[in-house]
Amino acid sequence: MAQDSENDLVRIQTTKKDLGLTAEHAREKLSGARGPQYWRSLQELTEDPEFDAMMEREFPRHASEWTDPVSRRGFLKLMSASMALAGLSACTKQPFEPIVPYVQQPEELIPGKPIYFATARPTPNGAYPLLVRSHEFRPVKIEGNPDHPASKSIPQGSYPAELRWGVTDAQSQASVLDLYNPERSQNVTFRGDTRTWGTFVGAIRDAFGAERGRGGAGLRILTDTVTSPTLAAQIKSVLQANPQAKWYQWDAMNRDNARTGAKLAFGQYVDAQYRLAEADVVVSLDADFLSGSHFPGFLAMSRDFISKRKLDLAGGEGEAAKMNRLYVIESQASTTGGKADDRLPMRACDVEQFAGALANALGVGGSNGTVKDDHAKTFLNALVKDLQATRGRSVIIPGEQQSPTVHALAAAMNSTLGNAGKTVLYTEPVEIVPTEQAAGLKELVADMNAGKVTLLVMIGVNPVFDAPSDLKFADAFEKVALRAHVGIYHDETSRLSHWHVPMTHYLESWSDTRAYDGTVSIVQPLIEPLYNGRSAHEVVAVFSENPGVTAYDAVQSYWKAQNKGATFEPFWNRALHDGFMPNTASPARPASARPAASALAPVNDELEIVFRPDPTIHDGRYINNGWLQELSKPITKLTWDNAAIMSFNTAKQLGVKDEDVVTLELNGAKVDAPVLVVPGHPDKTITAHYGYGRTTVGSVGTGTGFNAFLLRTAERSNYAAGVKVTAKSGERWRLALTQHHHLIETKKWKEDVVGSSQVGNEAASRDLVRSATFEEWRRTPGFANEGEHQAPSRDLTLYGEDGYKSWVDDPAKNAAHQWGMAIDMNSCIGCNACVVACQSENNIPVVGKEQVLAGREMLWLRIDTYFTTPNTNDVSNPRAFFQPIPCMQCENAPCEPVCPVGATVHSPEGLNNMVYNRCVGTRYCSNNCPYKVRRFNFLLFADFDTESYKSRNNPDVTVRSRGVMEKCTYCVQRITSARIHAEKETRKVRDGEIVTACQQTCPTDAITFGDITDKNSRVTRMKSNERNYTLLAELNTRPRTSYVAEIRNPNPEIAVTPEDHGHTS
Amino acid sequence: MATLPDNRPVDLTRPGYSTPVIAPGYNLEQVTAKIANVILTTKIKLGWFGVFIIAFGIMNLLLGAVGYLFVKGTGIWGINIPVGWGFAIVNFVWWIGIGHAGTLISAILLLLKQSWRTSINRFAEAMTLFAVACAGLFPLIHTGRPWLAAYWLFPYPNTMKVWPQFRSPLIWDVFAVSTYAIVSLLFWYTGLIPDVAALRDRAKNPIAKLFYGILSMGWRGSARHWHRYETAYLLLAGLSTPLVLSVHTVVSWDFAVSVVPGWHATIFPPYFVAGAIYSGFAMVLTLAIPIREAFNMKDFITDRHLNNMAKVMLGTGMIVAYGYATEAFFGWYSANKFEFFMIQNRMFGPYGPMYWFLILCNIAIPQSLWFKKVRSNVPVLFLISLVVNVGMWLERFVIVITSLHRDFLPSSWGMYHPTKWDWMTFFGTMGLFMTLFFLFIRVLPMIAIFEMRTLLPQAKVKH
Repeated sequence: MAQDSENDLVRIQTTKKDLGLTAEHAREKLSGARGPQYWRSLQELTEDPEFDAMMEREFPRHASEWTDPVSRRGFLKLMSASMALAGLSACTKQPFEPIVPYVQQPEELIPGKPIYFATARPTPNGAYPLLVRSHEFRPVKIEGNPDHPASKSIPQGSYPAELRWGVTDAQSQASVLDLYNPERSQNVTFRGDTRTWGTFVGAIRDAFGAERGRGGAGLRILTDTVTSPTLAAQIKSVLQANPQAKWYQWDAMNRDNARTGAKLAFGQYVDAQYRLAEADVVVSLDADFLSGSHFPGFLAMSRDFISKRKLDLAGGEGEAAKMNRLYVIESQASTTGGKADDRLPMRACDVEQFAGALANALGVGGSNGTVKDDHAKTFLNALVKDLQATRGRSVIIPGEQQSPTVHALAAAMNSTLGNAGKTVLYTEPVEIVPTEQAAGLKELVADMNAGKVTLLVMIGVNPVFDAPSDLKFADAFEKVALRAHVGIYHDETSRLSHWHVPMTHYLESWSDTRAYDGTVSIVQPLIEPLYNGRSAHEVVAVFSENPGVTAYDAVQSYWKAQNKGATFEPFWNRALHDGFMPNTASPARPASARPAASALAPVNDELEIVFRPDPTIHDGRYINNGWLQELSKPITKLTWDNAAIMSFNTAKQLGVKDEDVVTLELNGAKVDAPVLVVPGHPDKTITAHYGYGRTTVGSVGTGTGFNAFLLRTAERSNYAAGVKVTAKSGERWRLALTQHHHLIETKKWKEDVVGSSQVGNEAASRDLVRSATFEEWRRTPGFANEGEHQAPSRDLTLYGEDGYKSWVDDPAKNAAHQWGMAIDMNSCIGCNACVVACQSENNIPVVGKEQVLAGREMLWLRIDTYFTTPNTNDVSNPRAFFQPIPCMQCENAPCEPVCPVGATVHSPEGLNNMVYNRCVGTRYCSNNCPYKVRRFNFLLFADFDTESYKSRNNPDVTVRSRGVMEKCTYCVQRITSARIHAEKETRKVRDGEIVTACQQTCPTDAITFGDITDKNSRVTRMKSNERNYTLLAELNTRPRTSYVAEIRNPNPEIAVTPEDHGHTS
Repeated sequence: MATLPDNRPVDLTRPGYSTPVIAPGYNLEQVTAKIANVILTTKIKLGWFGVFIIAFGIMNLLLGAVGYLFVKGTGIWGINIPVGWGFAIVNFVWWIGIGHAGTLISAILLLLKQSWRTSINRFAEAMTLFAVACAGLFPLIHTGRPWLAAYWLFPYPNTMKVWPQFRSPLIWDVFAVSTYAIVSLLFWYTGLIPDVAALRDRAKNPIAKLFYGILSMGWRGSARHWHRYETAYLLLAGLSTPLVLSVHTVVSWDFAVSVVPGWHATIFPPYFVAGAIYSGFAMVLTLAIPIREAFNMKDFITDRHLNNMAKVMLGTGMIVAYGYATEAFFGWYSANKFEFFMIQNRMFGPYGPMYWFLILCNIAIPQSLWFKKVRSNVPVLFLISLVVNVGMWLERFVIVITSLHRDFLPSSWGMYHPTKWDWMTFFGTMGLFMTLFFLFIRVLPMIAIFEMRTLLPQAKVKH
């Protein structure tokens, strides 16, 4: 292992001092060898876990960025010095704080100033292009790449080009936490015992050597969906050299249906890319494209969709204003359905029938589906009319979990409507080698059962947990002679494998990947591997002629081969700098869908279960991520668990209520799950999010949720009829919701669900959410500010002339800037990205399920969700409104005068500052806050002990201790940094120079921040909108955060009764 | 048929008979001996010892709970966002309220020349002090960082030139409660001096002699001493009188100054003061009834005392009832959505049962005090006093919790469930209170000896 030839090795200069037992070990190793010795880490040298532990502490701080020769030199020097010091500390056992100045300052590094590096987070659906903020070479905050077509934000109007920013999703934001997770696997293990990488390579190559003679017949490689051209090329070359070996890809949230559907429609695999910026009518057939990154192309789709709803941007105000219309036919209660202008909930199996009926009505041909009730028929007819009127400007999006038939029908309808090539493009799939994954996995299991597999290498997958239950993967798995698992964490699969190799996080290894549109990004590491991880490239290289090749070499040589000639260096540097290779997006294929011919699945009337990836932890891959666990899932507001989600009617029929434990039984498989009743969920169907209920998992994921995979079979992997539900009497499972659902606005809801003893339904009369239909808004543009909930006049004061003066009006109080925020409710899709961004930026701790149950979640920014049923009294089909609530930064802040020690004070710029080290924790400020945006450290929530997490914290933000109140600050650290920058240039801060973390990450640009004294700032323009209103204005708090009322554009032909007035909620 | 100390029978039910504030048949020496002997006796009653041990045990619950609190933080309690204040503030207000009766009895009734107050003022004052001690604990331990709150809330000069924020009612609270505690202590101690001197003179044990000797501050009972004493006592009484009104007024501002519906009400100061006196008298009754039984003090704490205190309770209870009615009326009449919702939620929301139980305890049951039969039935009176104590605690719970748990934004509504640590702290303060109180009746005269002597006919010699 000491002889491993590695490119990026570190040379260690040992000292001759007595370094204790561990160091002696090391010296022994060194003295036995000749010439300079190289090793990747001291763990390799000494094989000592204690040293390994020390390495964890040492590495993050001085890990460097390898592309730049200067920083690399500095890094080497630092490392040698800190290693020597580390050794010294081992014998003295004193608290160890190495303070090593840069011997040679890295050229671009100014201590205290972050540096940004472009990279990308690979996902099975395509990469999320990122700019990662690095403080002293520690990646701290994920931000979107502003230049990449998949992550650039909505065009910022008057903003200069350098003030654009990129957007991201919640999972990308949270991924930085995974990097530092101390529970990541850290050693190569063989049956649980620690081994070295060298031993692993030796053992695998021995086994592989035996296979080579027979063309690799016993070798199987199982990876997750590969979007990396280099990795695919590497695997392909292994397969070329070993023609009998096979490669499979598996992701529980795979796109088999889309692939099969594309085959049906086009005879080839294609990706459908929707250009929602071109679409005036969007129809979702159970496609939850606004919920988050589990939907392919989520960022671009939500951005483009919302860009057609920005009434000031899309078509101008007044008569010229235009707005798209979203129809959602869906089998669950999703944010997409919540945002819909017209929504039709139905069981998943009925969606296919509806699609058939729609296709038939549009003249696509094929079999006609049945549409059950009158409302659905009205809906269908209105929809058909609308679609026919908007040919070429409409689009029909089939859901990932919908059947191949629905995909084929959607493709055919889009062709018939002339949408193909306009609002939907068909391109090469994002994965390099598209497959139907379930079929592949089936084949693999069959081979394993037949004893054909002798060596199985699994990279980044966990099939023992997430393979379809009927395949009995674990049983077949045991029959493989040598099983090697490569993964970031120890999991169910690694437990049953012989070998486990820790995998690198994407922030610590080189790779490349394609975004959903095919644009290639280089995955650039920001830090040395923290835990001896190996990348997939290195693992696959073990099977090649050159087993020592590094990820960097592999990626670079691949792209060198693609770009022959002297121009490679600038091309490479450009790609690294920009974060993507320009013009690599997959070209649209001139594809024309055949009319769908396949028969529709027969109609059934049984109770159905729908399997969906979890909105936050997806298929279980993020279960160890505390930020995502504590992120309340859109609509349900559930944290730390999944649940059997059902409608009120279904729950009533089954005789169950929230938190009751029921046994779900499907084809003999059983699993116990808690019930959660959610408004808007269709009847006779149960949604089960998979990914929870894992058994081999870190402390964060332990004991969370139930395993829906136990019910999921290869054939019926998305929904299945015939689920049996039996209530387990007396058993309860507490569900940690951050907001309760009894807030819906109808009398019936109150009577049925809340019960007469509850005093619910207060959101409506308090006018917290204001909305109108498009037509109403055209008639009364000022609807949001009619009614009684207005701020009292400023003349109404006891103090006469010197009475209330706004911080803006009063020159004495007036600083150069007055900060304000406007949140466009029309744009918010409730995707939660801002919430995680805020958590990451502001070092907000995770508190755990028990504390969430106790009502002590710490998130500074939350997304309040309110429901309303304007058209019908039908609680099964409400509209949802998403209202992000940061601190309102009231000018007349009720929190300020009640603090006995003056720990919360007003800044001249209008911020409501919180002075942590003055706070004694009386919590009076929180009691007096009408918006309840203050968060209290009831216990020591911040993690001061875990070494690796110390590196993750944003150094610009205080880590709060126990007993201290905290709250949103409008990212005061960003404001201050911009102000200092502006002062140095003796100018005012420019509009758009300060971007708050939530604003920055918002895929739909719902949040605008800026100086409200600047008449031309975007925030002033937003606030001057007639729809702008403030929450609880009647309390005279004068909030700086305001909301722009939401406009919906329902089809008047569908509405049962017209909306009575502007204030729907 | 009752009997007098000299074994003369007396018919207390005879028409026109008013129970005296001291039973007939005592002379000056007998009064002193009877009260002082409780303290100076060498044999400790087993009963006293038993109750003291129990009280001490309960007090250790408090020590344990507070110790754990300091280790872990306020998160061991049931508080959360939105209910930032829980048992700690409920208990604080409850104890402070109890602490009102002592000063009221001593000062206001003294100024009003209500001589019947004499036999109960001493232990009522002690009760005040101990209740204030229990109350004073809570604002400190309820903070997130008590080690800083302990002095940052006081305006002390410092190099940072950082002062408390004088706009905050919590700062007013600090001054109100600490002033009240200091004045009450001085008042109590000043009143004790002549009695302590008497004990010094009667004590045989040298340690007791020394102890009482130091406490009596050289009291010799000279006319000049008496003159100065009377002046000082009267001044302190005058000083205490506004405090009776001010302390709970300021405590009520903790709530009334906020914007929270259910807290933000102008009725709060008088309503809180009345409630405080109500609960204070209830507590005096709760303590006096068993004590006069245990220490055979029925002659000094007579049925007339109980009767009078019951009348005060009835009166203040009616003011409190008026307060509840006004709150409900304002909720409706204000036409303010938040206010109206608050009162509906208070009555019919998840904590509705607490509200109705509080109405039962504080309004319905005490109406029986209109009847003389009830007022003179000591066991029933004792039960009613307990019921009022419970009711007044519930009142504070209802005010603090139901106002906070559902305020303005329905998305942030929550529930409050006290934990075992909340209960331990609450019961623990009762242990602390009882421990202090039992130590007090063991070492200091529970009834003012010299004042009792002034009630005797011998003291009313006309010259």
